[in-house]
Amino acid sequence: MPSFCRSSAVLLIAFVCAANSAKAQTEVQTEAQSEAQPKAQAYAQPDAEVYPSTYQPLPSEPVLIVNATILTGTGQRLDNSSLLLVDGKVAELSDGKTIKADQDVTKLDAEGRWVTPGLIDVHSHLGVYASPGLEAHSDGNEMTAPSTANVWAEHSIWPQDPGFTRALAGGVTSMQILPGSANLIGGRGVTVKNVSSVSYQGMKFPGAPYGLKMACGENPKRVYGSKALAPSTRMGNVAGYRAQWIEAQKYIADWAKYQADVGAGKEVTTRPVRDLRLETLAGVLHGEILVHMHCYRADEMMTVLDMADEFSYQIAAFHHAVEAYKIADELAEAKTCGALWADWWGFKAEAYDGIQENIAIVDRAKRGCAIVHSDSAEGIQRLNQEAAKAMTSGIASGMVITPEHAIQWITANPAKSMGILNQTGTLEPGKMADVVIWDGNPFSVYAKADQVFIDGALVYDRHDPAKQPVTDFELGQLQGVQP
Amino acid sequence: MNSLNLQRLGSKQLARQILTLVGLSLVATQLAAASLFINDATVHPVTSPVLQKADIIITDDRITAVGPNLTAPEDATVIEAQGRPVTPALFAGITALGLEEISAEVSSVDQSLQWDPALNSTRLRPEFDVTPAFNPHSTAIPVTRIEGYGWTMLNAGRFANIIGGRGRAVALDGSYQNFLSDPILFISMGATGSTISGQSRAAQFMLLEQAMEEARTEGMAWTPDALLTASGRRVLVGYSGNGTVVFEVDRASDILQVLQLAGKHQFNAVINGGAEAWMVASQLAEAGVPVLLDPLVNLPENFDMLGARLDNAALLHSAGVTIAFSQRGDATHNARKLRQAAGNAVSYGLPFDTGLQALTINPAQIFSLPPGHGSIAVNAPANLVMWTGDPLDVTSIADAVILGGRNMPMVSRQTLLRDRYLPQNPAMPRAYIKN
Repeated sequence: MPSFCRSSAVLLIAFVCAANSAKAQTEVQTEAQSEAQPKAQAYAQPDAEVYPSTYQPLPSEPVLIVNATILTGTGQRLDNSSLLLVDGKVAELSDGKTIKADQDVTKLDAEGRWVTPGLIDVHSHLGVYASPGLEAHSDGNEMTAPSTANVWAEHSIWPQDPGFTRALAGGVTSMQILPGSANLIGGRGVTVKNVSSVSYQGMKFPGAPYGLKMACGENPKRVYGSKALAPSTRMGNVAGYRAQWIEAQKYIADWAKYQADVGAGKEVTTRPVRDLRLETLAGVLHGEILVHMHCYRADEMMTVLDMADEFSYQIAAFHHAVEAYKIADELAEAKTCGALWADWWGFKAEAYDGIQENIAIVDRAKRGCAIVHSDSAEGIQRLNQEAAKAMTSGIASGMVITPEHAIQWITANPAKSMGILNQTGTLEPGKMADVVIWDGNPFSVYAKADQVFIDGALVYDRHDPAKQPVTDFELGQLQGVQP
Repeated sequence: MNSLNLQRLGSKQLARQILTLVGLSLVATQLAAASLFINDATVHPVTSPVLQKADIIITDDRITAVGPNLTAPEDATVIEAQGRPVTPALFAGITALGLEEISAEVSSVDQSLQWDPALNSTRLRPEFDVTPAFNPHSTAIPVTRIEGYGWTMLNAGRFANIIGGRGRAVALDGSYQNFLSDPILFISMGATGSTISGQSRAAQFMLLEQAMEEARTEGMAWTPDALLTASGRRVLVGYSGNGTVVFEVDRASDILQVLQLAGKHQFNAVINGGAEAWMVASQLAEAGVPVLLDPLVNLPENFDMLGARLDNAALLHSAGVTIAFSQRGDATHNARKLRQAAGNAVSYGLPFDTGLQALTINPAQIFSLPPGHGSIAVNAPANLVMWTGDPLDVTSIADAVILGGRNMPMVSRQTLLRDRYLPQNPAMPRAYIKN
């Protein structure tokens, strides 16, 4: 069980952590609801679940994929193998054998093709910094205070961002959408399934924990320092985070005392006042909300790890982290993933030490958790190519890295850091049937996703225009123009 | 991997010394440019069909022979290709390599002249030339070079003014002033230029027409509404009549306007960006205007790019337009990504050979580099790369880079950082690991 679940037994969101089995999502939710404890003790969702997911899997039929090279996301490669998807779940996986299936099952021959779990991007701004990049679409950074833990990225998402459909063509089935990095604490991130919907609620990944976006370094101190506000230095950054955690501790204590008094039958005259900012921060300290922290430099990450110890919380992943290779062992020890680019560097001072072996070195550490992330509407379309570059750099520096291993950087590992590994991220029986069929080895510049399934439903087919979604925004543009 | 086998042939005794890549780095820096022999390569001349099992002889800074079964000169350093591909050194796109160390640090960025009333009495400064700022010691240059890139086109004035100024093609061989082309003029049109032209793209054409009128007026006295200095007038008029002008522009209708403007003033126009260029491919082909594009652009990033699509390169090529590649985003630090972009263009329908040409001979011809640049041929400059595999695939890397006949050390600040942090549990702090 991931460590972020350690203190969540009494929390409404506990079902995320409990969903260790292959139970259907509905069963899990029912169980969770029945186990729900007094609401005031859950900080991420203190009352009933608000802005709830309305996502429903699209209609699907049983599909049997045969003769495929399957990368399972668990480190296995199965040649000439089959994968059966039934009722939106992975039903069965064969290793070189055939699977007996009903006559009416749709058979897809994947001879010469490769199958992987749906790709997952832990760092996206699709919808909050949408295309076209209009001023009107600049919804990713609430740059009005250094801590805006009260804002939720989902409330900025424009589901008509054409970037979603492009990412789908690149095999991306789930992503975490985060606020930007202008603030020390930018707000809540949300995990979505990459399906077309008129609302973000229709995309919201059922049961996924919230993320909290935090940021180190240059961005917050530049944004506020340039306005002669705190923080204007890195030490100001750290003082800023710590003050927030101290407030959150008091908020927890106030609510705990109130609950205890009520429980003891004492006469209680004042109920603590709800505070959206502190609810989110308390949710982190209670292990309900996962911290995703933008941080480039090794020394700053070490400071932040100490801060996490000071306030007893876990950092799910450092994002960007171009210097993660300098502290790969320390990150693994802290059970913190590195969500990284294959080769970005140099655009600012804290990105100056970027190297192409960053991902491979983070991965090499014992129990290291390397993730390829995009932070880019272009990069999210080619996570497989980014992973291929990182793999190639690692191999060139003497490491042994196979495709079946590297695929985890864009499937299981991001799922783990987002708290959704029990539902998706690998091809194991009982998991969501989030699946990509590639036209060849995905670790190539020439590889393309042929078919993409989300919860067993075929949501993209490169060879069938009827199975290629078009956003409202793009509909009717450039009429009459044809290649 | 990376097992480049370097063999030195003595005059009588064949002293075969196989060096590791690390060893090569040390030796290569000491090698004078004499002769090199590449044995048993798959040679992509790019201007003629691929040669299997071919050898290449390099004497000083030139290619002196290409073909099967050549004999190594007695003093030659031999590189065993073992069938691996050899291509011309690649074009890194239009970048600020050597003009920009860290993008966000103003003190280390020199590619644009920001309009400053104290400095400029006039708005347009075509005379601005970025080349005096070129610094071959920028860390970004070896970072790019060891990935197989031999030259770039220096950008001028991006986003600072509609007429950005002038840049030149430059070799990435570490020389101070190895410029390979005449100065090229850069002009930004459309959405990218509208904030610097009174917020209307129509004003861009008005301002350019006024500037051309001033440029053609000999001995024009300065007036308060003048756009150009005397020096600017001299420079700008020099482009009228076959001077190469790069227009950064995306929207199809804007491209057609640019073609008219270029025709009227006899500019040798080049389109950079061209997200919607495929929509006016036949007009571009007819005008003989080439397009530099980023094959990864497929989103409507703004209203000039609604037609952005992954087969832009393929569609332009099949219409007869000459294409080359250049990146849109952080083209400088990410310059090494350009061959990945080319691979994507091939994945979306561009013939492989054209993909390689768009990184080699096409940009060399678009910017009128001296003959032979961007190809592998007898008498061509010896700028070559040996690859571990398909040069356009993300699973291949450059194995050896030869520029000006010199086998370049495969070392950058990034490889040194890598080598510092690769060892596990060193006894002393890593600050003691220096090579």
